[in-house]
Amino acid sequence: MNNILAIMKRELYGYFATPVAYVFIVIFLFLSGLFTFYMGGFYERNQADLVAFFSFHPMLYLFLIPAISMRLWSEERKSGTIELIMTLPISTCDAVIGKFLAAWLFAGIALLMTFPIWITVNYLGDPDNTVIIANYVGSFLMAGGFLAIGSCISAITKSQVIAFVISILICFLFYVSGFPMVMNFFTGWAPQAIIDAISALSVLAHYDSIQKGIIDIRDIIYFVVLISFWLYANVITIEAKKAD
Amino acid sequence: MTSENIEPAIEVRALDRYFGPIHAVRNISFSVRRGEVLGFLGPNGAGKSTTMKMITGFLEPSHGTVLVNGHNVVDHPLQVKAAIGYLPEGAPSYGEMTVRRFLNFIAEIRGFSGPEKQTRVEHAIKQINLESVVDQTIDTLSKGFRRRVGLAQAILHDPGILIMDEPTDGLDPNQKHEVRNLIKQMSVDKAIIISTHILEEVDAVCTRAIIIARGEILFDGTPAELRSRSDDNDLEHAFRNITTGSTSNYRETRLA
Repeated sequence: MNNILAIMKRELYGYFATPVAYVFIVIFLFLSGLFTFYMGGFYERNQADLVAFFSFHPMLYLFLIPAISMRLWSEERKSGTIELIMTLPISTCDAVIGKFLAAWLFAGIALLMTFPIWITVNYLGDPDNTVIIANYVGSFLMAGGFLAIGSCISAITKSQVIAFVISILICFLFYVSGFPMVMNFFTGWAPQAIIDAISALSVLAHYDSIQKGIIDIRDIIYFVVLISFWLYANVITIEAKKAD
Repeated sequence: MTSENIEPAIEVRALDRYFGPIHAVRNISFSVRRGEVLGFLGPNGAGKSTTMKMITGFLEPSHGTVLVNGHNVVDHPLQVKAAIGYLPEGAPSYGEMTVRRFLNFIAEIRGFSGPEKQTRVEHAIKQINLESVVDQTIDTLSKGFRRRVGLAQAILHDPGILIMDEPTDGLDPNQKHEVRNLIKQMSVDKAIIISTHILEEVDAVCTRAIIIARGEILFDGTPAELRSRSDDNDLEHAFRNITTGSTSNYRETRLA
């Protein structure tokens, strides 16, 4: 536990010691504002809710989360510091969890910085704040899922650019797996069980379900399993590739 | 306690390592006791770093075993890693951190907290003479200082075993002298392995030298014995006799 905390602290410090954190937060806030007011029609909707704000988060995360996660392990491999931490008395699992939690916490901080929009909607109208809390929880869980994917991918390569591009691709596959265009591709030849399984993998379906304001245990389990699976794959990847 | 002193601190038995088709380390065996400073010599790419990486648990051996204080590295990696201080090749560290923060991080991972963490970090800073740069980020330091930060990190927990991959590489003559003195001081109660391709270092600090080339041990003995391998008592000649002479021997055995 102490090891996880030490790794997490160091990693978080790494974000804020360089411009990475500030650039990321500014861009995240700018884009989420842009989407909310121009594409989401926050005012035109004339509704006291944050649907216009949260419905763009999956799109936003698709590009911004891999930007956080790309450096997690590829930088350690490139600079050789992976040899340093892997010869300290700490398990690979602790290192993976520590770094992941730092990235997740960082994404959480960026998400919390959007609080003015919550204040705005409360000032303008009388929204259901429990729904908004559920929205935030759902958004945070989705960020965690994408981060776990990105963390694993960044362990595969020393190049942050490659990690970034492949992470976007895999996040995108999880994002669209419930869409008709994907489903149409499978229906007709694949067994129903496989089609159901593919559509159940959809990040968007679970995110949307939480966005309705009900935090269903199945949606929580989905994200926990998604994160655990990718972090487990992350540990295996590091064990296999750390010295390459 | 006594049994620990008799038992070698590091015991390497029949170690092999392949990287795909490349046989990087071939059947290497040796042991190191406390009080010994073992110098790993050899041409670049001889397998020195690979052997060190297997002892410190970064790489798994393809065959063979490494015992550190009687623990098998593969079965008990955490005990082994806790007992070792390791300076990896190139002294990697987190460039965006200040020296003090970096050492604090290492101390935390090594299980120190509160005032003890502070005294450990301060002690390491003093021992390695890092006082003048403690609040600078590591990225801004010269190569020599970065190497010394790596050294400070390795000795921070006063390990019984020190493994250093080219500890004096990139240091100026004065810094080299300091580091060698430090190694000599510490060698009293520690088992130390250093790799180097500076032969004078063998004379300066090592009690024993092993020459590795093409993944094999070609020589294992005291610096005096190494000298006697040349006609004119010169380390450099002895080294060349052993490493280049072996090449033809090696070819002959393969052809035969």
